[in-house]
Amino acid sequence: MTTEEIDTVAKAAAAPAGTTGANGPATTRIRTEGGVLNVFSHGILVLWALMVGVPLLWVLWSAFKDSNGILSDPWGLPTSLRWENWANAWNDANMGQYFINTVIVVGGSVIGTMVLGSMAAYVLARFTFPGNRFIYYLFVAGMSFPVFMLVIPLFFVLRDFPGSPLLATYHGLILVYIAYSLPFTVFFMTSFFRTLPNSVAEAAMIDGASHTRTFFQVMLPMAKPGLISIGIFNFLGQWNQYLLPMVLNQQEEKYVLTQGLAMIALQQGYENDWGALMAGMMIAMLPVLVVYAIFQRQVQSGLTAGAIK
Amino acid sequence: MQHGKYRFIAGFLALPLIIYAIFVISPFVQAFQISMTDWSGLVGTAEFIGLDNFQRLWESDDFWNALRHNVYMLAIVPVVTLALGLFFAFMLNVGGKRRKNEVVTGVAGSKFYKFVFFFPQVISIAIVAVIWSNIYNPDPADGMLNSLLGAIGLDGLQNAWLGEKSLALWCISAVMVWGHVGFYVVLFSAAMASIPRDIYEAALLDGANRFHTFFKITLPLLWDTVQTGWVYMGIIALDAFALVQIMSVNNGGPDGATDVMPLRLYQTAFRDSQFGYASAMGIAMLIVTMTFALLTMRFARRERIEF
Repeated sequence: MTTEEIDTVAKAAAAPAGTTGANGPATTRIRTEGGVLNVFSHGILVLWALMVGVPLLWVLWSAFKDSNGILSDPWGLPTSLRWENWANAWNDANMGQYFINTVIVVGGSVIGTMVLGSMAAYVLARFTFPGNRFIYYLFVAGMSFPVFMLVIPLFFVLRDFPGSPLLATYHGLILVYIAYSLPFTVFFMTSFFRTLPNSVAEAAMIDGASHTRTFFQVMLPMAKPGLISIGIFNFLGQWNQYLLPMVLNQQEEKYVLTQGLAMIALQQGYENDWGALMAGMMIAMLPVLVVYAIFQRQVQSGLTAGAIK
Repeated sequence: MQHGKYRFIAGFLALPLIIYAIFVISPFVQAFQISMTDWSGLVGTAEFIGLDNFQRLWESDDFWNALRHNVYMLAIVPVVTLALGLFFAFMLNVGGKRRKNEVVTGVAGSKFYKFVFFFPQVISIAIVAVIWSNIYNPDPADGMLNSLLGAIGLDGLQNAWLGEKSLALWCISAVMVWGHVGFYVVLFSAAMASIPRDIYEAALLDGANRFHTFFKITLPLLWDTVQTGWVYMGIIALDAFALVQIMSVNNGGPDGATDVMPLRLYQTAFRDSQFGYASAMGIAMLIVTMTFALLTMRFARRERIEF
């Protein structure tokens, strides 16, 4: 043992003595690499936290500055709170319109995805019928199609849709969002419905409930934890969707928030109202931020659920 | 009851299947058809031209240039992202001081770190791109990164970043790493939490230090998750569309230095109206993505360790 290690062992033995007397003998004998490495590792963690946190806080404080201040003194804190940035973003930069468009589209598509996705998943998880596996794998295969490959034919499917074109319409975008969220939703909810016990559904059926009623009044409430995870997953994915609206929603009055922000950032440059752009980004981030702050655990487990099979 | 059961099944499956078939399956099939035509988008004007689009693609310097950039990112971005993710996750879960009876603990405040690190994952890629355009602002006084470097006396490192041909692609790659590390911290943390504590305990009793613990225990037991993460991150590196479109100088510039396959496809289709040719690019992207995923699965496979 080097002197440093002896030193740390001694510290490790001494330090917890005050906290609890029930220290297992094993703990004290274990060698610990002490302070140096901890300072180092903590330092890196703090550094990364700053690298992530500061740019996001920068958006927040810049949302209260004027364009000149943002451009010529990007690190400076606002001297006064320019709330008019938020009004300018909402009205002049049309963020209000984009916000409402986004709420309509995402609201419709999240509800649609959840209802249709769990209906399909329920049937696929709990009923045997010819073609069950085929349909299941048809849905699951969709997770591996690159959206870029589909986007050109999809554009024409919407443009040439029988009846009325679906390009740049709310319902068109909603249907597309639902369709592209179904593979993962069906995959996730199918495995969730499989874990639910049979006995409750059987009891409901014996009591005379129909299949439909059993699903909506018994099984769906039992699937709530899964529905929350996948609901958050779909909400975040659809709220932040960029490529699909870029291609399918090319009319300015129908823009969603991500398109609006990209357009303001791309087109105008220096004569642009940067304060309003920052306030606009805050407006676009706030709903997501609220969801994340409240449902942190579910958001993290929901978004990583796809990677743990 | 049989009759009722099938009616119920059909009723529940019909609408999801119809929507899925119209908007996902049919475009998938059509992509192959369109790629063999010279279609410019007008109804009924597509001529069948066989594999001509693919031949043109094969001979296109622009497309190879874009593909090369995606491959560069594919080589760098997943390695760096996963390495950082593993390192942070290990610190947060296993790297802490030993205290009380717990042999293996994370550093103090690990919940807070996870909350912050994960943040970029929940905000829109468009917002990430706008933020980083400001950070990379080339002006020595106005740019966030440049003025920071100036303030700490590193004027020599000030740069035009996205305007510098040799740097631009790596600047964009750095943003990808920045945005995804937190996802893997959370993912690997969850996987590490499922490793039984007594394995660590045994190793520590045998005198293993943190370095050994990581390479001999944590990494082998996490290998499946790392492999899946690799495929995910690779698919992201083969995309990069939104970042390049919003951040890069002149859409893929300077001088084509940040051009990527999806941007080629997007412009060929929706700016130049060469939908047949662009669809061939889409098929090429499918092939590249699938090849990468299969190769990763094939070569990264190790004997699975049950625990």
